[in-house]
Amino acid sequence: MNQDLLERATARPAATRAYIVDCDVHITARSAADLYPWLPACWRQHVEAIGPHVRGGLYNQEPHPRMMARGMRADAYPEEGGPPGCSLPLLQRQHLDPNGIEFGMLIALGRGIFEERNQHFAEALSCAINDWQVERWVDQDRRLVAAIIVPQEDAEFAAAEIERRAPDARFRQILLSPKAQEPLGRKRYWPIYAAAERAGLPVAFHPAAMGGGHPSAGAGWPTYYLEEHNTFGTIMQGVLTSMIFEGVFERFPNLKVVSVEGGFTWAPSLSWRMDKHWSRLRAEVPHVRKPPSEYLRGNVWFTTQPMEETRKQAQLRDVIDWLGWDRLMFSSDYPHWDFDDPRYAFKIQLSDEERKKVFSGNAKELYGLP
Amino acid sequence: MKLPFRGAVDCDIHPAAPPMSALLRHMTDYWSDQLHNRHVDRFGFTMTSNNPLLPIHGRPDWKPKGGVPGSDMAMLRTQALDAFGTDYAICNIIHGAVALFNGDMASAILGAFNDWVAKELLPTDRRLRGSIVVSLQDPKLAVAEIERLAGNPDFVQILLPSLGEMPIGRRIYWPVFEAAARAGLPVCLHAGGLYRQAPMGNGWPSYFVEDYVTQSTGFEGALVSLLAEGVFQKFPDLTFVLAETGATWLPPFLWRQDKMWLGVRTELPWIDRIPREIICERVRLTLQPFDAPSDPTLVERVLDHFGTDEILLFSTDYPHWHFDGEDVIPEGFSPELIRKIAIENPYATYRRLQKPNIATPAASELSV
Repeated sequence: MNQDLLERATARPAATRAYIVDCDVHITARSAADLYPWLPACWRQHVEAIGPHVRGGLYNQEPHPRMMARGMRADAYPEEGGPPGCSLPLLQRQHLDPNGIEFGMLIALGRGIFEERNQHFAEALSCAINDWQVERWVDQDRRLVAAIIVPQEDAEFAAAEIERRAPDARFRQILLSPKAQEPLGRKRYWPIYAAAERAGLPVAFHPAAMGGGHPSAGAGWPTYYLEEHNTFGTIMQGVLTSMIFEGVFERFPNLKVVSVEGGFTWAPSLSWRMDKHWSRLRAEVPHVRKPPSEYLRGNVWFTTQPMEETRKQAQLRDVIDWLGWDRLMFSSDYPHWDFDDPRYAFKIQLSDEERKKVFSGNAKELYGLP
Repeated sequence: MKLPFRGAVDCDIHPAAPPMSALLRHMTDYWSDQLHNRHVDRFGFTMTSNNPLLPIHGRPDWKPKGGVPGSDMAMLRTQALDAFGTDYAICNIIHGAVALFNGDMASAILGAFNDWVAKELLPTDRRLRGSIVVSLQDPKLAVAEIERLAGNPDFVQILLPSLGEMPIGRRIYWPVFEAAARAGLPVCLHAGGLYRQAPMGNGWPSYFVEDYVTQSTGFEGALVSLLAEGVFQKFPDLTFVLAETGATWLPPFLWRQDKMWLGVRTELPWIDRIPREIICERVRLTLQPFDAPSDPTLVERVLDHFGTDEILLFSTDYPHWHFDGEDVIPEGFSPELIRKIAIENPYATYRRLQKPNIATPAASELSV
């Protein structure tokens, strides 16, 4: 299946007009050595002598192995070697050019900084990744913009890194893992939100902690990848629930949050459930002054991939009507196996206005892109 | 709106658990001595997820003065049974012994509890039906308890908390499902958890309201576990009832499973059909707390998303507070759907229930 896609994709000519903003493009270093130019000598030594120390049982593959090519498009392995997502020419040839990508938001998940238990190492790595992604990617192709990587368990360090990078327009958001040590509304993470709000940069959550942290299903660890994949959605629901009920959006009313690759059709149901139970349990959370759905509607954006497919087309339209057409942004997840091709992602007919919003306008407004 | 007819089956009500002092006489001397000497009998067995102080767990006009909600059986008869013209109500009594780590102790307490239900609670009103409560610490003990009680027709299902120690579909639990299937009893997963781990994959939330909102994500985990492990294929006659979950999360969950399954089905070759077909056939959800806004047009759209009228089961969730007065049915439900969820679906799910031939001698009048 992967191989068939390869032939079609490489045969496709460049799009005549670039008009799409892709909110989820993955890049990775070919190896840790790629980061050495920005990594202090002691940490280069650490890479070689000690290596990663992560929260999961495996560090060089997932405890829920993916169904094909380690979760990658099999055609996305560069001919010159290295993992998918490490080659700019291939990204250009395979995705940016043929699919008419005007802007691509880089989501650099590699090197496991979200899972690294040695916080000092995570700090050094995240700074190096930030330098690497702007110099090796954004500066080489101005369609690309970057997300600031921060070691979220040390919120003070993370806030300082955000402040240091914020004036650099090559960065357009901050990237966090939805699976932290504590639910993400807890106060220990507030310095990150304060810095994000001050800088006017959205905070994006992208599933990153494969097999690490708290048991992912709420009742232990799932067995199969099908189950693990479902937790990308439930964990994102946990992030939003925590942020809303901890009062993050009361304290930081201008904070913008992006849920990436967590699905979106559950969001209306979540907002109804939050409102219903908040109305009974308000005494417990007096700091939550508005119905929770209002924070979700006002402060949260969603990306499309993996595009959810309703049983009937009108049902997807219902869901987006409830969610808000101004809150949904196209994402492809290149070069992952469940990549959404912008031409086929939507099974419903979109009006020109809807298409413009979802494929470009909403993201340009959120990220301040020209 | 109110139920427009009598004769409903209420698939989720909550009489309060009895005090331990009422259970000691149903135990062996060893266990009654143990619980007495260790002072276990001096305290309740209240689960954190079932805190009776919370407004959501006790409707103001349904709370006995000075008592725990659901502890006054006369009130329960009037308010939960008569008021809704109920023919049967299934008692899902939340007993905290399921959270004990010592499986033998849990089994002794729950065995006594199930006997108390059979001998002291259910005989007080012929409309009441019971759920066999078992601990899964040692599945063999759970199987023995199901076999011990399966002959009593007043028990209509097995009751488990939705968030256990491991995902519920895991093979270690299959003997319990086998026993339930053999006895013709559905397995009910009720909202609430042992809190062996954080109830969300993100960690421990601060507030009860977060626990309650994210219960549905625990149910997603339970359902996808049952699906992925192949429980629906292995036990083709077993029905799972999800109680007190909310409902509107289910269609998005099914959409997601349908699409994902197409992508990863080689991992799970035993799943022989599109997930929504399997789940709509084999899984039922109780009505309350129904989690859509009170806009009938929107509710109609949400109901269309389910794509079936067979999945919901009527429930009041008495004495929990999700609606006021007798307005237990959300606006937007059609008369045909109300009949399905209140009568046809429960009788199809709970084969042990026989439609009564005589009218119930309930007191209150229902407006139509």
